Amino acid sequence: MSRAALLVLADGRFPAGGHAHSGGAEAAVKAGRIRNAAELAAFCRGRLHTTGLTSAALAAAAALGLDVRALDDAADARTPSPALRAAARRLGRQMARAARSTWPSPELDALVRAFPRGTHQPVVLGVAARAAGLGPEEAAHCVAYETVSGPATATVRLLGLDPFEATGVLARLAPEMDQVAARAATAAREGVDALPADSAPLLDITAEQHAAWPVRLFAS
Amino acid sequence: MHLDHDHTHLTAVSADARRPDGSRRALRIGLGGPVGSGKTATVAALCRELRDRLSLAVVTNDIYTREDAEFLLRNAVLPPERIQAVETGACPHTAIRDDISANLEAVEDLEDAVGPLDLILVESGGDNLTATFSRGLVDAQIFVIDVAGGDDIPRKGGPGVTTADLLVVNKTDLAPYVGSDLERMARDAKEQRGDLPVLFTSLTSGVGVAPVAGWVRERLADWTA
Repeated sequence: MSRAALLVLADGRFPAGGHAHSGGAEAAVKAGRIRNAAELAAFCRGRLHTTGLTSAALAAAAALGLDVRALDDAADARTPSPALRAAARRLGRQMARAARSTWPSPELDALVRAFPRGTHQPVVLGVAARAAGLGPEEAAHCVAYETVSGPATATVRLLGLDPFEATGVLARLAPEMDQVAARAATAAREGVDALPADSAPLLDITAEQHAAWPVRLFAS
Repeated sequence: MHLDHDHTHLTAVSADARRPDGSRRALRIGLGGPVGSGKTATVAALCRELRDRLSLAVVTNDIYTREDAEFLLRNAVLPPERIQAVETGACPHTAIRDDISANLEAVEDLEDAVGPLDLILVESGGDNLTATFSRGLVDAQIFVIDVAGGDDIPRKGGPGVTTADLLVVNKTDLAPYVGSDLERMARDAKEQRGDLPVLFTSLTSGVGVAPVAGWVRERLADWTA
């Protein structure tokens, strides 16, 4: 395992399209559910322990080399919102492009061949982690981190929230990110049927509403 | 990378000149510049001027709406399937420079859906004077400023003004009303850009977008040579 490779993959500047997505934060800000750092922390904590855990386990399973078609089905089954399915596949396609260029590998090529329109982003990230020489824990950590860093960055842009406070929120969530990543990797080792299916229904509902807004800053 | 047999029939990685099937991809020209300088109007005028002879498509990068895409649709400069909007998450310069993945998806989707295409115009969201396109996304870029934004913009420079393959100074018809000195702008632009070309346009009068269209045709001739 190369620790530095993990930093490259987890970097918010990794060019895989994440900057245009708020992870549900734009809808939450508009609805008045995120107004300050404390509310951002609550939002991120909720996302981390629900869809964050589910996504992290999918990534860990892909990093272990489990069958990507089975993982794609598993991801669909855990993503009831059509808007979020579309966003996950679009981001998956963008991640595949960036990863193939960064860590060329036959497995990434095979993944693109199997899913020319993209599979779910955590699955692609897991295969990318494999190509980068990383394991399931590292892939799960990446997903756990981006589950909360996306909304935090978006909230800084949407609310003008103090960036030091937003980063403090992320730092204080670090122990919980470690726990979620560990649970995700453990579940992935038990196979596709053991993957967690935790979800946040409000994120699904607001994602559908957000996708229909005529004016918005973020794609999801 | 496209020559590697492992990549056959996969989507192109970024700036490859050939599509996965070996055919030449469309020339991609980026249009950037400050808010309100006339980027969308220039794109619309270029489409009207070039669409009869060339197979065209447009990608827009709106900041928070689909306004630019809808302006082009409303004005029916191209059929709707030839216009794609990319969402940029409040950072238009990121989508054209630092993380071009969504724009590359858009240009490749357009070529798949309505290709073969000769030319794709990629319009950035209105941004500041530092916004430039990645060479992984476009083959050439046009920076559009206007006389009403202040005749000191060429003197101030910045990556857009100094490095764009073509600088367009738009709305010259407004110069007398806003007190802009066109000769000074031309002099300052020359100073900043050396031999790189500068064109002065007024889309609402005279020859309109024709000089810019001529420049685009030259780039296309180079691309297909």
